[in-house]
Amino acid sequence: MYSFEPNEEQQMLIDAVGKFAENDLRPAAHDAEESRELPKKLVSKGWELGFLQASTPEAYGGFGERSAVTGVLALEEMAYGDLAGALAVLTPSLFATPVLLGGSEEQKQQYLPKIVGGDWAPYTGALMEMSFDFDPNALKTTAKAEGDKYILNGEKIFVPFAKDAEALIVYANLDGITQGFIVEKGSAGLSVSDEREKVMGLNALPMYRVKLENVSASRLGGASGHDFELILSAMRVASAAAAVGVARSSFEFAKNYAKERDAFGVKIAQKQAIAFFLAEMATEMEAIRLLTWEAAWKLDNNKEDAHTAAYLAQTGAADMAMMVTDRGVQIYGGHGYIRENPVELLMRNGRGFASLLGLVIL
Amino acid sequence: MTIDFEAPKPLVNMQTMLQTVAENMMRPTSREMDENEHAIPWDYIEFMHTAMRSMGGAGGLAPVEDKPKEGAEKRPPIGYQKLAVQIEMLAWGDVGYYLITPGGGLGAAAVQAAGTPEQKAKFLARFNDDKPTFAAMCMTEPGAGSDTSAIRARAVLDEKTNEWIINGEKIFVTAGDKSFTEYEKLGKGFIVVWASIDPSAGRAGMRAFVVEAGTPGVKITKLEHKLGIRASDTAAISLVDARVPFENVLGSPTVEKSTTGFKGAMATFDATRPLVAASGLGVARAALEFLKEKLKENGVEIRYGLPRQKLTNIEREVIDMEIMLKSSWLMVLKAVWMADNKKSNALESSMSKVKAGDVTTKVTQKAVEILGPLGYSREFLLEKWFRDAKITDIYEGTGQINRLVVARQILGYTGAELR
Ligand SMILES: Cc1cc2nc3c(=O)[nH]c(=O)nc-3n(C[C@H](O)[C@H](O)[C@H](O)COP(=O)(O)OP(=O)(O)OC[C@H]3O[C@@H](n4cnc5c(N)ncnc54)[C@H](O)[C@@H]3O)c2cc1C
Ligand SMILES: Cc1cc2nc3c(=O)[nH]c(=O)nc-3n(C[C@H](O)[C@H](O)[C@H](O)COP(=O)(O)OP(=O)(O)OC[C@H]3O[C@@H](n4cnc5c(N)ncnc54)[C@H](O)[C@@H]3O)c2cc1C
Repeated sequence: MYSFEPNEEQQMLIDAVGKFAENDLRPAAHDAEESRELPKKLVSKGWELGFLQASTPEAYGGFGERSAVTGVLALEEMAYGDLAGALAVLTPSLFATPVLLGGSEEQKQQYLPKIVGGDWAPYTGALMEMSFDFDPNALKTTAKAEGDKYILNGEKIFVPFAKDAEALIVYANLDGITQGFIVEKGSAGLSVSDEREKVMGLNALPMYRVKLENVSASRLGGASGHDFELILSAMRVASAAAAVGVARSSFEFAKNYAKERDAFGVKIAQKQAIAFFLAEMATEMEAIRLLTWEAAWKLDNNKEDAHTAAYLAQTGAADMAMMVTDRGVQIYGGHGYIRENPVELLMRNGRGFASLLGLVIL
Repeated sequence: MTIDFEAPKPLVNMQTMLQTVAENMMRPTSREMDENEHAIPWDYIEFMHTAMRSMGGAGGLAPVEDKPKEGAEKRPPIGYQKLAVQIEMLAWGDVGYYLITPGGGLGAAAVQAAGTPEQKAKFLARFNDDKPTFAAMCMTEPGAGSDTSAIRARAVLDEKTNEWIINGEKIFVTAGDKSFTEYEKLGKGFIVVWASIDPSAGRAGMRAFVVEAGTPGVKITKLEHKLGIRASDTAAISLVDARVPFENVLGSPTVEKSTTGFKGAMATFDATRPLVAASGLGVARAALEFLKEKLKENGVEIRYGLPRQKLTNIEREVIDMEIMLKSSWLMVLKAVWMADNKKSNALESSMSKVKAGDVTTKVTQKAVEILGPLGYSREFLLEKWFRDAKITDIYEGTGQINRLVVARQILGYTGAELR
């Protein structure tokens, strides 16, 4: 039976996350970007909303079941506040969710209670590599079996909080397929750059480059491994949901600005050129939001075409976010170009969705 | 309630059944109907009437709920969802044919939206009678299209006979001929004519009148020749001192200082816009499926999952078309789901039409382009679907008008503030 209404629990989560986004993330966003530093309290406050905890079963120290649908609802709200802040709050999921989705029973017992039971701690994941046609299914980082361990070699980029990470999941190419590997802090051959990555947006999120030289690691899921596609699709719908949140933020700012700004004796929103922009922004956002919900729902319900749906949602969301955030700046005119105004950062963040993957997972 | 994308069983069953109809009754004669504009496919009309009647309600744009089996749990209404799925599937077969599926169409939708319970009972019953029956809606005039406030048609009450006397020129009436001309094989239809009872009152003076087939003074003056949807008759109708009974005015006959009359028309559009969107998306889906089939025959595979940088241009185009089509369909579903659940859907309804207008035209245009001569040749139906598709962005509010409606809603503007 079709329904487009979040259930009560989801609505409560949306409201709680929405409040956090609006009251905490949003006001901090500009200064955090400029100073390249998120207020510490912000991340712990976001963590205390308990999103990851609520998506981890009791058996592993949490108090709920993972649902991609609930995830996309919450993430849109959080990203609506600020993308960098949202990604920082959710960074431990980059480790915990793949373990939940693909880990062996032993791995789940070993890591999940520790992560969800404690304060926010830097557990993270490393997927991306520096190539123009980066493809999560054709990684250049390699893994080779050696006894019951695996030896990793390669270089990973844009790894959030890698500097102090307790442990990270590194994705590598094992005989032609992508698999995740658990790498512990201080492993021999693991080196993290001193310098943080410098990228176009997301400057408040500390990301590092990670080198792996004959690093010994254990495979996610043990000897038989795991289904990487489940993890990849969970990353794709997350990317899509975050894109909708960022777009919505730009849209709201632009809409309010357009109703205030006078030109030629009227508010610029009264000009069709601007009003139609806004109508199209709203329409495209809603289109991709629904596509994202559906993909998440298909993942939750193991539908045959769930992975294609997640791919389509991510792809569509990247285009949509660029279109909407570009127009956000355009509607602000010259002021949109000035960093004091929020739409400028949103445009830089909006461009990221076509290039970035694996910085967030649901 | 929780977010759910599982199609209800009755929808899936209906879809399967209608696909058979589309494949066996529509597609084989699509080309013939395109090339013989104004021919009437009686077989299809009679078959559809029988089929729809047996399904519990003859075609039309008014939602019909299944009667719950005795003792069965009450289920949420899905009447509008059924309509959307039905229309999409029929339009996938042939949208021109879909438009001449017997039933109340926009005429009945107007009665449904603006009529009193007595009027609904009186005017809507006929569509379930023995003979297929049509109804149409006449809003547009030569001098009044998007700007419906410019309508010149006039209705004056003759107090002696208690009849309305209507004068005016209406154009572009979908199924106008089948609704008004008294064909032997058809039941008695009607047209709903929008006219002013008080031109000084502007939109507040606008009312809709049910004008029965064959009413003296009313004439079909022209059947248009069109770019596409040629199976569908598009009529020009003139009304000269046409008399209709007093009770045929829908809703209230008095002019208040409000725009309720016009709101009646707009309520019709809230209900029907997602359905028109659905009809466009059926065409777009047909085009996309044909494109993919031809590409496959020619050894071109779409490699889902690859980064954009590794895809060929054709793969990118097809993937984008799928994103557009799927997301657009979800917008339709949401709008009709809201209608079923009595949630106000003016915004969602217009957004679904904006999106579908864009998507339908783009997908069909791209499909023709990608297939080169195969797209342009009349050997295949694709070129016809391209022509059929364009109407989606024009009727039931052009793309621009629906953008205005969307923009006004999100900005909280009146028509005067944003025109
Ligand atoms: C980096 C930079 C350098 C600049 N250098 C100079 C300089 O050297 N000298 C100088 O004088 N200025 C300069 N400018 C100012 C620039 O020319 C203005 O920003 C520009 O003309 C737009 O004006 P605005 O910012 O006030 O936007 P607004 O006029 O407020 O426009 C806001 C939005 O409304 C739209 N809009 C406005 N009117 C209408 C209308 N009638 N119909 C439809 N849409 C409309 C605009 O296109 C825009 O999208 C500079 C600006 C920047 C950002
Ligand atoms: C095949 C077909 C079937 C139809 N069926 C019916 C029917 O059954 N009943 C019925 O009543 N009508 C019907 N119509 C009429 C249809 O609804 C109108 O054609 C449509 O509303 C546009 O009106 P118009 O053609 O007069 O164009 P116009 O209103 O003259 O518009 C011309 C252009 O100007 C744009 N425009 C107009 N106003 C604005 C504005 N304020 N801002 C920006 N742009 C604007 C329009 O979007 C369009 O691009 C049908 C039309 C066709 C072609």
